[in-house]
Amino acid sequence: MSDQGKMDCGRRRLIVATATVGGVGVAATAVPFVASMLPSERAKAAGAPVEADISKLGPGQMMVVEWRGKPVWILRRTPEMLETLPQLNGELADPESTKQQQPKYCANAARAIKPELFVTIGICTHLGCSPSSKFKPGASEGMSADWKGGFLCPCHGSTFDFAGRVFKEKPAPTNLEIPPHRYLSDTRILIGEDTQGA
Amino acid sequence: MATNSNFEKYKSNGTLLGSVLEWIDARFPATSLWKAHLSEYYAPKNFNFWYYFGSLALLVLVIQVVTGIFLAMNYKPDAALNAAGLPFAFASVSYIMNDVDWGWLIRYMHSTGASAFFIVVYLHMFRGMLYGSYRKPRELIWIFGILIFLCLMAEAFMGYLLPWGQMSYWGAQVIVNLFSAIPLIGDPLSLWIRGDFVIGDATLNRFFAFHVIAVPLALIGLVVAHLLALHEVGSNNPDGIEIKKVTNEKGIPLDGIPFHPYYTVKDIVGVAVFLAFFSIVVFFVPEGGGYFLEYNNFFPADPMKTPEHIAPVWYFTPFYSMLRAMVWNFFWLEAKFWGVVAMGGGVAILALLPWLDRSPAKSIRYRGPIYKTLLAIFVFCFLVLGYLGTKVPGFYLFGYQPATNPDGSIIFNPLNYLLSGDLIAQAFTVYYFLFFLTMPWWSKIDKCKPVPERVTWK
Repeated sequence: MSDQGKMDCGRRRLIVATATVGGVGVAATAVPFVASMLPSERAKAAGAPVEADISKLGPGQMMVVEWRGKPVWILRRTPEMLETLPQLNGELADPESTKQQQPKYCANAARAIKPELFVTIGICTHLGCSPSSKFKPGASEGMSADWKGGFLCPCHGSTFDFAGRVFKEKPAPTNLEIPPHRYLSDTRILIGEDTQGA
Repeated sequence: MATNSNFEKYKSNGTLLGSVLEWIDARFPATSLWKAHLSEYYAPKNFNFWYYFGSLALLVLVIQVVTGIFLAMNYKPDAALNAAGLPFAFASVSYIMNDVDWGWLIRYMHSTGASAFFIVVYLHMFRGMLYGSYRKPRELIWIFGILIFLCLMAEAFMGYLLPWGQMSYWGAQVIVNLFSAIPLIGDPLSLWIRGDFVIGDATLNRFFAFHVIAVPLALIGLVVAHLLALHEVGSNNPDGIEIKKVTNEKGIPLDGIPFHPYYTVKDIVGVAVFLAFFSIVVFFVPEGGGYFLEYNNFFPADPMKTPEHIAPVWYFTPFYSMLRAMVWNFFWLEAKFWGVVAMGGGVAILALLPWLDRSPAKSIRYRGPIYKTLLAIFVFCFLVLGYLGTKVPGFYLFGYQPATNPDGSIIFNPLNYLLSGDLIAQAFTVYYFLFFLTMPWWSKIDKCKPVPERVTWK
């Protein structure tokens, strides 16, 4: 081949073409392997709505139900808890809930269908830890003295009020997410589906 | 070139063993590999104790592979709940601890081995920084080493999910969610890593596959590349000079001694001392005071509740501190993304060291006061970052708490800033990066001592 020091252009084109086709083949073979790591059909199908019975939930109490593997909180807010909400507006990152973190029917001051019943996904919007309840006002639960009650994420210190709205200058970028939900009756909530789905 | 074939070179000495070896050598490079990498690999004669940690890292790798194989015989990567209401994965670990003969020993060797791996690797890397082992012509050895370090981090992170305890679950939740901070591709990427919308059975199974097959294979391949590159250029030494410059008539370095038997025997001393410390941990303090095995991990994973205090295992905490130090939004990207950049950058910047260092001398023995001072501060910052990474956000050093007025506002006191863990972590993160980024400038102007021709040897 190198007898005259000349390159055989035809042969080189064939080598390049073969290598290219081979490379495309390898890349195409990678597709099924990469795709196999995506959520399976079963994982996608899971996540049916769950029903919660709130008849035994007293004022100031919170219950946790599992929906799509995530904790969903149902908190029956006392009038005192609700009173704190408007007072905090100046300290919150998104007090008017302008970011799409809730269905339209919850884009109100209390972020709920019924003001006393607060339904939210209990997962911090920063890195996915579940915040702890710090319901008592003041320093009694290790919070600052001007704490009015709400939630504290133990991982990176984000704080949320009783409507899951995030305080300013905290790592969490947005308010807690509110799942689609609707009332089946006064004591039963369906989480994961709203009126449009019914 | 036929005269140089192994068939010609390695002839039997007439004994049966010699004849067997001759037969093998004609078909496989047994004797030539032995000579090239051990009996005729000339290492500088002035290695000190810092040179133990490379061979110890290899020893820990063997411990991890062997104990890992035996753990995999009884471990089940299954997040479903058993009849007793415990996840199978969690229950299989307690089965290994309680019901498998010697299972507790094998598991404690493996869990202690993980921490031991990072201890020896951190010391091994620091040795490189002391003696300039990353400098030309050893840049690729250093880069392979950084890749080994990255594999080790991936291996440790994925292995930590397997016991399926509270720290396993929530640690993985936080770290996988970090990827979602990357603009545009973040959310699909973290979904792809998890294989589900939350950390679940799919995540546990794939982490097991990566932990026992994919990453160890990559790790062993990189270790081979690391050693091949080392043996190609030869070892550095505490004087940071090239022993190959002064050779005898056969081309053998005058300051070199064969690796075998001199350093194989010397390394056995290191192995004995290491195993003494290793055994003390395995037999008497396997939990390492909550640093090697975190107490929250003795509770099964509960996706409904995060433990009050979550922190990574100690070997990740310096980089975790850098992640948490980023609390500002720059440009249009949120702080979360810059935290990931700081964490990844903290590791990646090490790879640039061969090109950042412009000092005329390689070894700290002949380098000037600037490097010695800045390196000491660097080590101090790294250790403090590691300490702060184990603490909660809003932590103050020495048990200090800022005083407050009755209305809850904080009374001004300079100690509020000087002792704040968050502010110290931010300052030390800045130092960590400035140490590297300004190195091309100060390493050049540092007053180095003259470097000797031959290694110094007492």
